[in-house]
Amino acid sequence: MSDYRIKGETGEWEVVIGLEVHAQITTNAKLFSSAATAFGAEPNTQVSLVDAAMPGMLPVPNRECIRQAVRTGMAIEAQINRWSRFDRKNYFYADLPQGYQISQLYHPLVGEGAITVEADEKAGIPEPKVIGVERIHVEQDAGKLMHDQHPTMSYVDLNRSGVALMEIVSKPDMRSPAEAGAYVRKLRAILRYVGSCDGNMEEGSMRADVNVSVRRPGDEFGTRTETKNVNSVRFVMAVIEGEAKRQVELIESGGTVVQETRLYDPDRNETRSMRSKEDAHDYRYFPDPDLLPLELDDDFLVECRESLPELPDAKRDRYLALGISPYNADVLTAEVEAARWFDTLLDAGAKPVAAANWVTSELFGALNRMGRDLTDSPVSPQQAAELLGLVADGTISGTIAKQVFEKMLESGGGAAEIVERDGLKQTSDTGAIEAEIAKILAANADKVEQYKGGKEALFGFFVGQTMKAMQGKANPQVVNELLKKALG
Amino acid sequence: MTELTNLTVAQIRDGHRAGDFSAVEVAEAFSANVAGAKALNAFIVETPEHALEAAKQADADRAAGTLKPLSGVPIGMKDLFCTDGVQTTAASHMLEGFIPRYESTVSQKLWDAGAGMLGKLNLDQFAMGSSNETSYFGNVISPWRRKDGGNAALAPGGSSGGSSTAIAARLCPAATGTDTGGSIRQPAAFTGISGIKPTYGRCSRWGIVAFASSLDQAGPMARDVRDCAIMLENMAGFDAKDATSLNLPVPDWEAALSSDLKGKTVGIPKEYRLEGIDPDIDAMWDAGIAMLKDAGAAVVEISLPHTKYALPAYYIIAPAEASSNLARYDGVRYGLRDLPAKNSSGGGAGLQDMYAATRAEGFGPEVKRRIMIGTYVLSAGFYDAYYTQAQKVRTLIARDFEQAFASCDVILAPTAPSAAFGLGEKMADPLAMYLNDVFAVPASLAGLPAMSVPAALNREGLPLGLQIIGKAFDEQSVLNAGLAIEERAGFNARAEKWW
Repeated sequence: MSDYRIKGETGEWEVVIGLEVHAQITTNAKLFSSAATAFGAEPNTQVSLVDAAMPGMLPVPNRECIRQAVRTGMAIEAQINRWSRFDRKNYFYADLPQGYQISQLYHPLVGEGAITVEADEKAGIPEPKVIGVERIHVEQDAGKLMHDQHPTMSYVDLNRSGVALMEIVSKPDMRSPAEAGAYVRKLRAILRYVGSCDGNMEEGSMRADVNVSVRRPGDEFGTRTETKNVNSVRFVMAVIEGEAKRQVELIESGGTVVQETRLYDPDRNETRSMRSKEDAHDYRYFPDPDLLPLELDDDFLVECRESLPELPDAKRDRYLALGISPYNADVLTAEVEAARWFDTLLDAGAKPVAAANWVTSELFGALNRMGRDLTDSPVSPQQAAELLGLVADGTISGTIAKQVFEKMLESGGGAAEIVERDGLKQTSDTGAIEAEIAKILAANADKVEQYKGGKEALFGFFVGQTMKAMQGKANPQVVNELLKKALG
Repeated sequence: MTELTNLTVAQIRDGHRAGDFSAVEVAEAFSANVAGAKALNAFIVETPEHALEAAKQADADRAAGTLKPLSGVPIGMKDLFCTDGVQTTAASHMLEGFIPRYESTVSQKLWDAGAGMLGKLNLDQFAMGSSNETSYFGNVISPWRRKDGGNAALAPGGSSGGSSTAIAARLCPAATGTDTGGSIRQPAAFTGISGIKPTYGRCSRWGIVAFASSLDQAGPMARDVRDCAIMLENMAGFDAKDATSLNLPVPDWEAALSSDLKGKTVGIPKEYRLEGIDPDIDAMWDAGIAMLKDAGAAVVEISLPHTKYALPAYYIIAPAEASSNLARYDGVRYGLRDLPAKNSSGGGAGLQDMYAATRAEGFGPEVKRRIMIGTYVLSAGFYDAYYTQAQKVRTLIARDFEQAFASCDVILAPTAPSAAFGLGEKMADPLAMYLNDVFAVPASLAGLPAMSVPAALNREGLPLGLQIIGKAFDEQSVLNAGLAIEERAGFNARAEKWW
């Protein structure tokens, strides 16, 4: 249970949060037309006759959009409705050519499911929490108004008009900004694993309507407000925090929260009222008569399920079973690119625990320094596997491995090649090591005395000196054994 | 040359094929009739050049031995079908001057089959009306007149009133129509011609200006049953661009035409016997029953118990869909735009003012009435009482037919409760106008094929039509029963030329 509370003048308040996330489905074509969907195209260059709602034009569902929404539903273990239907949501606006949005109100494609967010003590999530998902339906996006093109007129860009969205509606199960943030991040990860949405919030591929209400802990739900189109995890959390405080202050000063739609202004970090319930549109939903009900057959559903990749939770469990630490498992599964990279590394023969440590510390550290990420890593999983293999089979030590990795980053060469070229191979030549040990013990007779006198911590000193003398190439295990012998 | 315009589609096709005349001669003859019939106001746009071009191609194809099914046949195109490069208005001010850069699937199929276009035919605005009086471009006048010594102008029926008039007045041998609640059958009946609304989904709706999507269905209108079959074969077919299109092969309806109805059973719905109906209608119906018996059919009485709810359900569902379908006419992207200089309170006008002014100006009274009705029945608090109930009724009506078709192959009924009425007679009373669709809307609600064939003249000398309703996908039985009536009714009356 979250113990996140807003401390008001009159006591503590609990925050209740529900999110409606709009995720743009990754497809080449729109939901009901064949127009392209690429981001950043010149205005009105990706508009079909259907998207512009020319007379007599008809929508035809894009199978791939439906498939991606179904796969997404399966990824959150949701009920998939074999029979669903499209409805029209009627309202007038210049960015809505048809005068209605085709959506699914009465019979959504995907029913109830759930998303589990991991425990995060620091964020106030003491244990994993299951957030219910009410439904996922598919719908058309609207176009975009541009108000900065002309002094007295607004321009309309219809490139987004008709683009396929999934609306993923959570239950009001979240109780803190951190939980909401974790939910959005987890949802984004799942979408990206499934490949149904690129999760790019900056480009508007994913945005959230944030429903917030406050109540005394244990009371009935309070009246909620809905803040529209919030486009980053940070903003989602800021909206919740700000809106909850606003509501508490409002109630405590004798006011009442009105059900309304609000807009978030990131520059001022505040929300303002857009329209109240009284001004709410009557959308006159009714089944779209241009479209037949959507009926999914077994073959379609089987293909959807079989084409699902291993998902974050399953992957995390698998990594844990391989002995990888929970922290590393979380880090490696958070982004689909990292997980894919790591899996390729394992496939190339790397040992899981060592590989996980190496990726999360050495590789991520190096990438960080270079300002790169895994997708443009200068070292491939195969190259990394080669490096880790050299450590695992005792060819080089961990210390040398760091040097080799640096050289790989500089030159792009293979690990074995560098080790060979620079003579970095680890040695287990007992003769050479014994000779160095003899010199070191002779030169440090006083420390030898102290060690023999019980100061066992000095053992590390002798190891270090020996390794140094061997230029790091001595097999540490052999060094240990020989030192123990020599020190009697 | 005038006799060429008396030929049917089949006669033109066969005569042209045989070399009796050229397609150019046919096109020119019909275009001359079109040009000479302005008084009927059947066309909104005349396109003799289109017809001529297709005719030249047809003559060339004949020489090359590459004739197509409709080579040499010029037709009229209801102005609800979008035609590439030719103004398409749906008879509205809203779309006045709108020239699509695309061709509707049905019209494209007809051009691909070799047909030429004589022009775009007048209709009720957005296909909403039963008399063609709601057209922004003026009403069509029926070529028919009562034999009462008067010269009262009569309604050609609606909404396909330009189509019915053009065919009846020999301005074209055939035309396209669309039927949402009788818009092919009722005008056909009013003007003594034939017309068939096929099973919902047979003809693609792509490129047809939408009225009520779940009901709209294109179909042919022509002088006789054979021509309807020929035309329909060249209009129907699966279209991936229409999600409600039927993915079925198009039968060879013409080849399978047969008026021998032995082994067939005709159902007579008792609920269609209306109290106080014009006795001429009942007499025609009885005569039709006798004709089908004569053709070998058995006749049984059937019951369609929910018939009386069909009209109210239709006038909820159709306006509901229309209110949404017509939302796209907003002045933003095409068609009429009326942006007032100032808003009602004297400030600068904005988007809402543009919507209001454009739609007030662009839609006629009947269209506005239906948008208002549709908006009302879909609004919060009324949706269940109206729209949901109407959909239930629709399901019950479809079930009525299903049960009835367990004991018969086709159903015979009048097409309309009266002959053509005078222009202006019903415009003041929308309900009386809507009642004209009483026999037509049940088949529309059930999506069934239905046709009207001319069966008799009433005592005023006006044509009356009989309606044949068939099972889904069984246009053939409908056409065959129509043919049996056509052969026996011997209907050869035509309007005397006065225009």
